[in-house]
Amino acid sequence: MYAFDYLKPSTLDDAAAALAREDAQAISGGQTLIPTLKARLAQPSALVDLTGIAEMRGIAVADGTVTIGGATCHAAVAGSAEIRAAFPALCDLAGRIGDPQVRNRGTIGGSVANNDPSACYPAAVLGTGATVVTNSREIPADEYFQGMFTTALEEGEIVTALRFPVPQKAAYAKFVQPASRFALTGVFVAKYSGGVRVAVTGASEKGVFRWAEAEAALSTEFSEGSLAGLSVPADGMIGDIHGSPDYRAHLVGVMTRRAVAAAG
Amino acid sequence: MPKDHGIGASSKRREDIRFLTGKGQYTDDINRPGQLYCHFLRSDVAHGRIAKLDTAAAAAMPGVVAIHTAQDLAAVGGVPCGWQVTDKNGEAMKEPKHPILAEGKVRHVGDPVAAILAESLEQAQDAAEAIELEIEELPAVVDMKAALSGESLVHDDVPGNLCFDWEFVQENKDAVAEAIAGAAHVTRLELVNNRLVANPMEPRAAIGEYDAARDEHTLWTTSQNPHVIRLLMGAFVLSIPEHKLRVVAPDVGGGFGSKIYHYAEEAYVTWAAKAVGRPVKWTASRSEAFLSDAQGRDHVTTIELALDAEHNFVALRCHTLANMGAYLSTFAPCIPTWLHGTLLAGNYRTPLIFTNVQAIFTNTVPVDAYRGAGRPEATFQLERVIDKAARELGLDPAELRRKNFIPPDAFPYQTPVAVQYDTGNYGATLDKALEMADAAGFAARKAESAARGKLRGFGLASYIEACGIAPSSLVGALGARAGLYEAATVRVNPTGSISVFTGSHSHGQGHETTFAQVVADMLGCDEGQVDIVHGDTNRVPFGMGTYGSRSLAVGGSAIVKSVEKIVAKAKKIAAHLLEAAEGDIQFADGQFTVAGTDNALGWGDVCLAAYVPHKYPIEELEPGLEETSFYDPANFTYPAGAYVCEVEVDPETGRVEVQNFVAADDFGNVVNPMIVEGQVHGGLAQGLGQALLENAVYDAEGQLASASYMDYAMPRAADFPSFAVDHSCVTPCTHNPLGVKGCGEAGAIGSPPALVNAVIDALSEHGVSHIDMPLTPTRVWEAIQAAKA
Ligand SMILES: Cc1cc2nc3c(=O)[nH]c(=O)nc-3n(C[C@H](O)[C@H](O)[C@H](O)COP(=O)(O)OP(=O)(O)OC[C@H]3O[C@@H](n4cnc5c(N)ncnc54)[C@H](O)[C@@H]3O)c2cc1C
Repeated sequence: MYAFDYLKPSTLDDAAAALAREDAQAISGGQTLIPTLKARLAQPSALVDLTGIAEMRGIAVADGTVTIGGATCHAAVAGSAEIRAAFPALCDLAGRIGDPQVRNRGTIGGSVANNDPSACYPAAVLGTGATVVTNSREIPADEYFQGMFTTALEEGEIVTALRFPVPQKAAYAKFVQPASRFALTGVFVAKYSGGVRVAVTGASEKGVFRWAEAEAALSTEFSEGSLAGLSVPADGMIGDIHGSPDYRAHLVGVMTRRAVAAAG
Repeated sequence: MPKDHGIGASSKRREDIRFLTGKGQYTDDINRPGQLYCHFLRSDVAHGRIAKLDTAAAAAMPGVVAIHTAQDLAAVGGVPCGWQVTDKNGEAMKEPKHPILAEGKVRHVGDPVAAILAESLEQAQDAAEAIELEIEELPAVVDMKAALSGESLVHDDVPGNLCFDWEFVQENKDAVAEAIAGAAHVTRLELVNNRLVANPMEPRAAIGEYDAARDEHTLWTTSQNPHVIRLLMGAFVLSIPEHKLRVVAPDVGGGFGSKIYHYAEEAYVTWAAKAVGRPVKWTASRSEAFLSDAQGRDHVTTIELALDAEHNFVALRCHTLANMGAYLSTFAPCIPTWLHGTLLAGNYRTPLIFTNVQAIFTNTVPVDAYRGAGRPEATFQLERVIDKAARELGLDPAELRRKNFIPPDAFPYQTPVAVQYDTGNYGATLDKALEMADAAGFAARKAESAARGKLRGFGLASYIEACGIAPSSLVGALGARAGLYEAATVRVNPTGSISVFTGSHSHGQGHETTFAQVVADMLGCDEGQVDIVHGDTNRVPFGMGTYGSRSLAVGGSAIVKSVEKIVAKAKKIAAHLLEAAEGDIQFADGQFTVAGTDNALGWGDVCLAAYVPHKYPIEELEPGLEETSFYDPANFTYPAGAYVCEVEVDPETGRVEVQNFVAADDFGNVVNPMIVEGQVHGGLAQGLGQALLENAVYDAEGQLASASYMDYAMPRAADFPSFAVDHSCVTPCTHNPLGVKGCGEAGAIGSPPALVNAVIDALSEHGVSHIDMPLTPTRVWEAIQAAKA
């Protein structure tokens, strides 16, 4: 690790000001960033800790929307009775991220800002058409994710909250990568009165994506059977020691069916 | 009633109190006054010539005290190899120099090029980035078959990258070929024994210190055998005589073989402490562990099993390519040869066996013993080919094994591969395992899985291992450059408490508990009266350390011999005090009695008399009560058993779930059943980890693609069901005093083939006959697709 200054502001404005420093970087749960620093792969001048900002923490469920502060940890989401009553699939997803230590430090804002191609939350955000709320604007999910580790966020922009429209039914089917236990392929399916959304994580070289054909089929009839004969092309899927592009493409189909079955 | 103390009792592990309360004292917990921190600049390419290495700018950086490269170590020897294998032509293996810091060439990613000493670790790391290192890359030698072409050479003086080409049993070569040519049935299998990273929880660490006033060196190190390190490093690398070199291996957090070897970093910190006149500390990061700890396995094998018309095994032949990595680690050459070829008889009567092993240098991390070492590789290929033969011939795999087992009345049994098994009853463990696994109920369970769209499989494996390593004269004849006895001193203190100094080293095995149970049982005292001291060359008389499941069988036997000498002497003292003939003294439950009388003396009275010899046979007997023994075993010990694995495979995803795992082991007598079960559980987790998850993968450039836990899949508790473990089938070892065989490696040896056999059983309806480990979802799915196509 290289030396850096550590700042822990208590307001968003102070955080934004601190992040304006050259090479300053936000830190939330540190579950991604700290290992990067330990490996000397990043050299920020200052770390701006977002977890002391009161308005970035906490959970609210009202008017068909689940709002989660950006600095809320995964364990808080997994254990929230309020969310579970309205949108249990989100609790299930959060409860299967990493291990208890990771869930008690890692945050939704950090996960969504990082946009790891194998991360779980991006599938829920895109799969529900959630809104990414930042300190300066609101970004629809469809515009937010722009490829592996790439998002619509500007330099120094802070994800302050996530707003999820509560679906009628939803489920996340995660097939774990054997080593990291991130998603080798994960599919989030959500049914709304206006149609069904299907978002896939872990599989594509372009990061989380929507599977339009499956959405159309499921919007007509929300059943496993509607997916018969549908598949995604292996082209553009990730190939690594844990699975070939063909395998991942195949898993997209399997996990989508399983998510539909789990959603009921 | 289970015993509550002494031999046979599940005494709680006394060492766990300090480990579980954070009071353990590991090498990295030790800090010496004025110590410097050491950081190694390591090669980030697999193979190349060092074109430029300029440390001047780095040396001027804040906090930097010294930077050393190979030039500075010109007077220092290379890392030695402890075993010399002789090839099929009677010539010694190729033994290229393994320099402490790379000389001219780098040979694997992680090869240390320079060492930086600074006031803080961060300063040392900063300086490492300022070193100007230019490496002219050479083609990396990664694939073993390609390595043999010799187009690119890891060591310029080793043609074809061939360390040795070994044949065993050479005299049988033609007879085996004939038997195979004329056999009623031959089953052939090509397989890979995947490379593993040992991953002990505690990474390696070393601290060197030099006391100029006394001209004494001290090395604290994460070692399984501090005396062996003192010997190898003192004699071959740094030329420091034993009396001027102390090696301490304090609490060590797991080794699994990877901490047996003498490593360059240990030699460097010892040397540097004198060179700069300050203590030098190095602790590996986890990333460094992946790139510098000796790795395990990595064999590519072709095996052929010939059977006659009655399904008797008539001959076995195998050819193995064994990866040595870039340099020869301490025991590397003996793993694929003597610890592997001699186990190819397994539990069977196969009369003719021939194996050919080619050991290959590659631009990868050195490979050496890892839990089981050679024996898992032998067991895996044998138990896989037998299963395949049963399937090809339409036979019950258990029946085919039973038919060929060495029968219980045939012991001692001379195998055709040099070793002689002393005892065993292989049918008993197989019966036991099948009963525990409810083999009879499998069909119903399979139908139930099928109803859920899942494929269920039942697999078994028998295993035998040669451990309790090893008779010195035998291993000497086979090329070992050391004896493999063990030493122990038992010191009875004046008030009767007992300090035992053992050359065995505990790094997870629970010796402090088990050895105390043995001594307490023999002396009829409380276990709390006995303290076990290990891990310090200045306290323990000598030792060859802990590996090869040898601690109780060899180290424990040395303790027993010393206790026997103590009792013999104490009886003499008691006879004098009781004014009786020595032959009339009986010792039981800590009391000395004169046969046929009420005259008795307590243990404490005799101990005190030994140290306060007022009334004492001083003319015949020295005062004091302390004895040292060196025990050299007459033979290996041969634990054996049968394992059953039941799996469920999801054909849609290829995911394998272990539903049940049963281990029936014959470890001979058992001192602490709880510790034995713990050892088996750990071994099973590692063996199943190898079979399902773990894989060290190098890409074509020699980069380790699985160099962190993001890509190297470690087994976790939730990956397995609770294991059913049994050790009630006992045939005591015939040649050591406790009748014990050793249990540390069995789980890792027997479990991989049991799991693979179970998966192949599950997939047999799809026509899949083999999948190489690890059986990851993607591989299983691909095998199903290939079989369908
Ligand atoms: C062992 C392990 C297992 C894991 N398993 C999973 C898994 O199964 N599934 C999964 O999805 N994830 C997994 N993770 C990742 C985990 O969910 C992390 O918590 C998450 O990816 C990052 O969140 P964080 O709060 O720790 O962010 P940090 O590490 O603090 O930051 C990550 C990045 O985001 C930036 N950042 C942080 N917060 C904000 C913000 N509010 N606004 C803007 N930028 C911000 C930082 O500057 C940094 O670049 C795992 C992590 C570990 C260590």
